[in-house]
Amino acid sequence: MSTQIETKETEDEEIEEQSPGERRREIKRQRAENRAKRVEAELDEAEQTRRLKVFRYDPEVEGKEEPRFDDFIVPFHKGMTILDALIYARDHYDSSLTFRHSCRQAVCGSDALFINGKQRLGCKTQVGDLEDPIRIEPLPHQDVVKDLVVDMEHFYDQMHAVEPFFDPDETPDGELEEQRQTPENREYVKMATRCIWCGACMSSCNIAAGDNEYLGPAAINKAYRFAMDEREGENRKQERLRIIEQEHGVWRCQTQFSCTEVCPKDIPLTEHIQELKREAVKNNLKFW
Amino acid sequence: MYEHDVIVVGAGGAGLRAAIAAHEEGADVALVTKLHPVRSHTGAAEGGINAALHEEDSWDLHAYDTMKGADYLSDAPAVDTFAQEAPDEVIQLEHWGMPFSREEDGKVSQRPFGGLSFPRTTYAGAETGHHLLHTMYEQVVKRGIEVYDEWYVTNLAVTDHDDPEDRECHGCVAHDIKSGEIAGFHANNGVILATGGLGQVFDHTTNAVANTGDGQAMAYRAGVPIEDMEFVQFHPTTLPSTGVLISEGVRGEGGILYNDEEERLMFEYGYANNDGELASRDVVSRAELTEVNEGRGIEDEYVHLDMRHLGEERILDRLENILHLAEDFEGVDGLDEPMPVKPGQHYEMGGIETDENGETCINGLYAAGECACVSMHGANRLGGNALPELLVFGARAGRDAAGKDLGDAQIPTGPSAESEDGDVDTPVSPGALDSTDGDAVADGGAMADPETVIEDAVAREQERIETLLERDGVNHAEVRDDIQETMTANVNVFREEDNLKQALEDIRKAREQYKHVGVSDPSRTFNTDLIHTIETRNIIDLAEAITLGALAREEFRGAHWRKKHQERKDDEWLKHTMLQWNDGDVNLYYKPVMLEGFDQTYEPKERSY
Ligand SMILES: Cc1cc2nc3c(=O)[nH]c(=O)nc-3n(C[C@H](O)[C@H](O)[C@H](O)COP(=O)(O)OP(=O)(O)OC[C@H]3O[C@@H](n4cnc5c(N)ncnc54)[C@H](O)[C@@H]3O)c2cc1C
Ligand code: SF4
Ligand code: FES
Repeated sequence: MSTQIETKETEDEEIEEQSPGERRREIKRQRAENRAKRVEAELDEAEQTRRLKVFRYDPEVEGKEEPRFDDFIVPFHKGMTILDALIYARDHYDSSLTFRHSCRQAVCGSDALFINGKQRLGCKTQVGDLEDPIRIEPLPHQDVVKDLVVDMEHFYDQMHAVEPFFDPDETPDGELEEQRQTPENREYVKMATRCIWCGACMSSCNIAAGDNEYLGPAAINKAYRFAMDEREGENRKQERLRIIEQEHGVWRCQTQFSCTEVCPKDIPLTEHIQELKREAVKNNLKFW
Repeated sequence: MYEHDVIVVGAGGAGLRAAIAAHEEGADVALVTKLHPVRSHTGAAEGGINAALHEEDSWDLHAYDTMKGADYLSDAPAVDTFAQEAPDEVIQLEHWGMPFSREEDGKVSQRPFGGLSFPRTTYAGAETGHHLLHTMYEQVVKRGIEVYDEWYVTNLAVTDHDDPEDRECHGCVAHDIKSGEIAGFHANNGVILATGGLGQVFDHTTNAVANTGDGQAMAYRAGVPIEDMEFVQFHPTTLPSTGVLISEGVRGEGGILYNDEEERLMFEYGYANNDGELASRDVVSRAELTEVNEGRGIEDEYVHLDMRHLGEERILDRLENILHLAEDFEGVDGLDEPMPVKPGQHYEMGGIETDENGETCINGLYAAGECACVSMHGANRLGGNALPELLVFGARAGRDAAGKDLGDAQIPTGPSAESEDGDVDTPVSPGALDSTDGDAVADGGAMADPETVIEDAVAREQERIETLLERDGVNHAEVRDDIQETMTANVNVFREEDNLKQALEDIRKAREQYKHVGVSDPSRTFNTDLIHTIETRNIIDLAEAITLGALAREEFRGAHWRKKHQERKDDEWLKHTMLQWNDGDVNLYYKPVMLEGFDQTYEPKERSY
């Protein structure tokens, strides 16, 4: 490609004399100064600010091996979410502040956190609805990897334990022929299909905290989603019921409703668990 | 070193579909993904999946609509393959249990969507992508396909033959986010890139924070041409404060756009006298911005999308999710008030050049989904066409990589005798700053065996990461902000030569700055500072590619509008913009569009709605 390059002085004469390392530090210093000024101006400008108290921990960084809380003051604007506030703190004060997030719209399930004592999605929680200071911690009852990031492996294992995949007896073999499902049945399983695997329910559950093998509300809900889908066969349903009525299954649930309360997708988890208990009884499956 | 037959990078819709297809062909396949599969942005798709299922509909009508929507910049073999195979893919999803919305007789519902001549959009409530993603992940679990979850792929392991078409891809290098381990992945048969969109190049986008165009940038730097990058779709209805998307489904169900004088703008100002709100996205986006620019916007920023007249019952039944989005992210009750909306970056039509079997010009390297450009969306993608695309071409790439013979592809890849040299005046030179910045592909030598190629690539990535970790430098977020700002200001829905040149200068400055970035988090454990810093490099390369394409293409076609060239110029511009990174030098050339389809030759017609 032919390019017409106007030679331009992009570099500051003074800085040019320095070694690359010096130059880098110089730029960094200038940038840091500018940033500090900008933050100050933003805090001044904002009609209100909020104080975040954020849990910090890193097993391999000096000074962070012992869990502690760091305070961050962020400018507040209407509509600001906890995720926005965390991103502000990270990008303006401390780039090592670590938390999972991606979609910003409550569909990826990455940012379930313990915010002012309750499991919530950071992106779906309005800062304006919370009392100051705002305490942000990783999900309780899960191993902390670093800062707000917890190990999700156990949660995934439980989800996988219920054979979480559709398994009909047979599918139509006619060309472009779908299985039929009544709108009523689709409606019946609708709420159960909304789970985004955020882990908030599991973290809120006392039973799960005490019994590590308990399947937990999300996995049981996943089983419900298939057991109640009329496209699957009767035998498969029996097998599904057997999985969820085992020792660490539905009978552990003491209907405390904490999972239902925290679920960001409003899934009636406790009801689903209760319904499966009734189904298991109806089907004469043995009690634990 | 990890070893599999097929390595799929990315586990959104495209990656999952590819992995299942490769597995069904008997390959040992693994997914390597920076996010757990269910966290992929496919989960955010709301509206639907187009497929000609109805007996009164037919695949060639779907193909025709797609070509017309694309403003004739698609390759017919891709469009025809797509439209023909989409119905099977949708039924396959149904057989896998996807909870589609249903009619009274139990059949899958279909509804009208922008730019379609038949109501052929299947959907699952307003959460189509969520269900598609989860349904396919369930099938991955069922098959026991290995998932390397939260592994960030930093580069490809490719031989360094002079001509990219002689190169071979043997695998990739990935960084285990949790432990900091850097490892080589050896793919015996092929690597499939399925890394999704690049919305983070802009600051107002419907895309996730993780959509940083890693796949496009890695393939580009390995020598694969990237195609039609200037075609960026802006969605007309995103919430002003976050960029969260309000699905086209709202307009499909009858939602209306009003300006501040409560005029139905699409008709009042003649933007689309026939289709009104259902005109294609670029038309509606420009209409909204024109309203705002001419002083009829609300708060000088947005317009109103009103669905109240549809009635509570219908809204709750079909669009309930929209109510939650408006409430949670904008504080507006859609049953009670109109919703504020404005255009936001949404989809990248361009991407990694592939043929209809998903393969690039580098042997053993494939791409599918939003990161790829098989060229079926051309200059403008129709709503509801991306999900079926990732199903059709994800599956094809998976099969081909696993060794199934799909027949010879008709779409050529790589520069050829048919290519035409390109020429564009840029104020600063694009590409790498110097040879150390070129990210040349493997220097293990052309003859090196696969293990050596991978080991060399691993060593280079280790060095790059060490440098970033040890360097006491500027935070990448500042560089990223600069890029996003200039792209939004200068490479938006309306494009002018001076602005595009300004953007190139700003991008060059950002590239200079990037030389000085450093990661201040010293930890090897879950170092997102490091990941974001690597992503920012990819954002720079892609911002530049988009802008170069936009500056080169002096016409108005689909999503690409130039102030001084407000007409489609078929004589001159019925060709794809191709950019190739030759070890740091950017080469621009053009490739002719293929309009000869299976049954019909597409005749460019005026795109009127
Ligand atoms: C809000 C929204 C609504 C939409 N609605 C519709 C719709 O209704 N209908 C329609 O047809 N289309 C729609 N689209 C478009 C469509 O959803 C996307 O184009 C499509 O889902 C992209 O899928 P993908 O598999 O290519 O990428 P993604 O789903 O984004 O997946 C990318 C994957 O790549 C992985 N990855 C990325 N980089 C790396 C790396 N460096 N290393 C390892 N892994 C990596 C990620 O972890 C992720 O798993 C919508 C898009 C958006 C944003
Ligand atoms: S059931 Fe609700 S709380 Fe539990 S994982 Fe699913 S979405 Fe999260
Ligand atoms: S960021 Fe995806 S759920 Fe909050």
